[in-house]
Amino acid sequence: MSEDRVARFEERRKKYKEMSDEELKTHFWALCDDIVAPVVDLARTHTSPSIERSVLLRMGIDSQTAHGVVDRVYQAGLLGKGAGHVLLRLADRQGMDVKGAADAILADKDVLEGLFGEVAQ
Amino acid sequence: MTAHNQKRTGNHLDPHEKMDIEAILENLENYRPPRKGWTWREVPKDGIKMGPFQFRDMSEPLKNSIGLPASKYFDQIDPQPTSVVTSEIASGRFEDDLRRMRMAAWHGADHLMVIRTTGQSHIDGLMEGTPEGVGGVPITRKQLRASRKACDLIEEEVGRPINFHSYVSGVAGPEVAVLFAEEGVNGAHQDPQYNVLYRNINMYRSFVDAAEAKLVMTAGKIFQIDGAHNANATAKAGWLVMPELLVQHGINCAYSIASGMPKEMIGLSTVPPNAPPAPKLWYDLPYAVALRDIFSEYKMRAQQNTRYIESDLDEAIRTHTIDTLISMLTSADIQSTITPDEGRNVPWHHNNVRGVQTVKQTWSALDGIKELVSLRMEGPLGEMVRDIKERALGFLEEIIEVGGYFAAVEQGFFVDSAQYPERSGDGIARDGQGGVAADSIVPRDPDYMAPVCAHFGENHLPDGIENPCDPIDGCTLCNPDKIVYIDELDPEDSAEKRLAETYPYRKGNLIRPEVEWAGDGTVLLQLMIPESEAYAREAGLEVARRMGMEDPQVINLMVLHPAEGCFLEVKGKVNFDIDRDTLEIPEKVELLPEEELREAVQKIGLKVVAGTVGEDEHSVGMREILDIKHGGIEKYGVKYHYLGTSVPVAKLIDAAIETGAHAILISTIISHNDVHRQQMKKLAELCQEKGIRDKVILIAGGTQVTTEMAAETGLDATFGRGTKGIDVVDAMVKTLRQRGEL
Repeated sequence: MSEDRVARFEERRKKYKEMSDEELKTHFWALCDDIVAPVVDLARTHTSPSIERSVLLRMGIDSQTAHGVVDRVYQAGLLGKGAGHVLLRLADRQGMDVKGAADAILADKDVLEGLFGEVAQ
Repeated sequence: MTAHNQKRTGNHLDPHEKMDIEAILENLENYRPPRKGWTWREVPKDGIKMGPFQFRDMSEPLKNSIGLPASKYFDQIDPQPTSVVTSEIASGRFEDDLRRMRMAAWHGADHLMVIRTTGQSHIDGLMEGTPEGVGGVPITRKQLRASRKACDLIEEEVGRPINFHSYVSGVAGPEVAVLFAEEGVNGAHQDPQYNVLYRNINMYRSFVDAAEAKLVMTAGKIFQIDGAHNANATAKAGWLVMPELLVQHGINCAYSIASGMPKEMIGLSTVPPNAPPAPKLWYDLPYAVALRDIFSEYKMRAQQNTRYIESDLDEAIRTHTIDTLISMLTSADIQSTITPDEGRNVPWHHNNVRGVQTVKQTWSALDGIKELVSLRMEGPLGEMVRDIKERALGFLEEIIEVGGYFAAVEQGFFVDSAQYPERSGDGIARDGQGGVAADSIVPRDPDYMAPVCAHFGENHLPDGIENPCDPIDGCTLCNPDKIVYIDELDPEDSAEKRLAETYPYRKGNLIRPEVEWAGDGTVLLQLMIPESEAYAREAGLEVARRMGMEDPQVINLMVLHPAEGCFLEVKGKVNFDIDRDTLEIPEKVELLPEEELREAVQKIGLKVVAGTVGEDEHSVGMREILDIKHGGIEKYGVKYHYLGTSVPVAKLIDAAIETGAHAILISTIISHNDVHRQQMKKLAELCQEKGIRDKVILIAGGTQVTTEMAAETGLDATFGRGTKGIDVVDAMVKTLRQRGEL
């Protein structure tokens, strides 16, 4: 199997031998772009607990509170809405600021129930 | 309590005062970094005139700095390389590292990198407070603010901006990036591949997080350095992974660009992969050239080799000198340094300075090297460069062939110790469903929203807003007043608590040696034991114990010959303090400037007679005081008449009268039965008898002689060990002035 791989490389190499240094460089970057494109797509369309905590930090929530809130949002199946989105909506519903909403979530996770209508648990 | 270092640290540091760490920790809740972003050195394009030389490839000198030891021969110049110079500082107690940062900056470091405490990359969230670290420092908001605040003071003192740096990696990358952007951190490592390969963090999580982290870093103007160099520090045959290194650099660069980071903010962390006794240049030079060809639009952070560091500091320094040569033959925007003791302990204070000196010394020596020599690309170098590039291309094509990056990682493509396309089968393979924080990424819903700036990817913000953070009236990146500062979570494990314990060593009267932490008491003993290795080791430990060193350990042993002996270094601790007030500090003689001494010598035509007296055949010290070759009095224009060894005092006096000498210089080494004192007294008495005492200057020197002996023996000046010709000339000129003869 290893010999197959080496043979395939030697085959590719014949093509490289025809290329100038500049063409080699252009090809290098085109391949890198091809490799990262699907990964960038994954990042564009997904989020993670750390990303959501980083959003809450930027919203002026301290790190400890952000951690607790994102855990609860994750458990409630709402991370895909965005933790910041959750805070904003709760703050809006209950007439409080986002810090108040964060405290409310920590005090009682049930405040998240029905916030976005039917949510699969 | 003395007042010598009690001054509060205000807006500036005083070079004669220790940094006031407690003052730095005050009022951190209101600290705001005065600037953000990376700073390159200022490099005049026409070079720089320093002392007797015109340098071609140097940056602006510092306001306050300490030059290389030999700088005293060259008007004290301290040339500063064009590249930013890195020093990595992280002892586990950041409050003690601040002093080391200042020392490193005085020697030319302007990129201070803080390594994180062991395990921080696996902590799913931010750490707060200032707990003690292991192998690094817990990176927290308080630690960053205090460190950045110290850097503000240090950069003002040395006269050049300091780039402060740490790591945006691990399982909390996006949060760390926000923290760094808020706190004005200037540079950071960020490379999702590092998490996957070396920290076993789930690959999907690592890359999803990285895009967010990179965009936040861009907003915070944080210069990025990648982590590819770890492949040659990890692979069994580091010098064979060069094609892969190009691939890893390429993937991180392309991913960074796709995440919104501009090219000028991206640096490659690159290490010359080989080390002597290997034929280093044949591997490292083609690699360096290939890298700089392919990545010509990116910055180069040239690291020094750590893979082959053993416990011998000199060996490490020699390798690092050649690493720096390779930087100079190619290019380096940032020249990193490695403490040469990294192979044997957590780096010690003075070894950070040594690392910086290695770069400074090499850079000065090779200033403008590219104007003198060029690389011969035709022949083996060009062929090797091309070979590395082609193998890297093959690697990339095979990644695509097997189904992309994640598939390639699962199949163990990376950190395999064979040269691509060969495989040893020892690569690091990771399971996409495994690793730390596996299965933790979540698809964004069609109405996903994050109302903040610098957020990467799908974001369905309300219509009609100008900034993403308008729905919350500004995020912390736009309005720093919204940042929430947490001081401590555990006051028992805090900088303040540790500082209280080390107070006597920093601000009180007690002195104890240290290498890492205030008052750590660590000392190093160097010795040669004329025995085989096994006996030398045990004998070295026993010597250390009998000298009172606690917990002695042999940290370096070099066999000089299997039977004849070994050189060894033993570290240990001393468990006593020295009271500063009990030390008697000899009054420092301020020497007259060299030029003034030369003029005075010439004006009077200063001449002396000299010899060793009594039955004393030791003439080495005397020759050093006299000869121009050793920087003796001859160098300053003094004429001397040397009568040799074992000269009777009376003969010296006669010679002085005969030649009209202004001074008699005697050397006396033997101190048995106080014979040295007797000779000195005899010289004064005989001159008195002959009536010439006020016409000649009488000076004596020797290993057992002290400066205090002049008064008791009736001489004009007496000198002990370490005396130079200039000290003697200075004493003669001053005496002549006192007598009104000059």
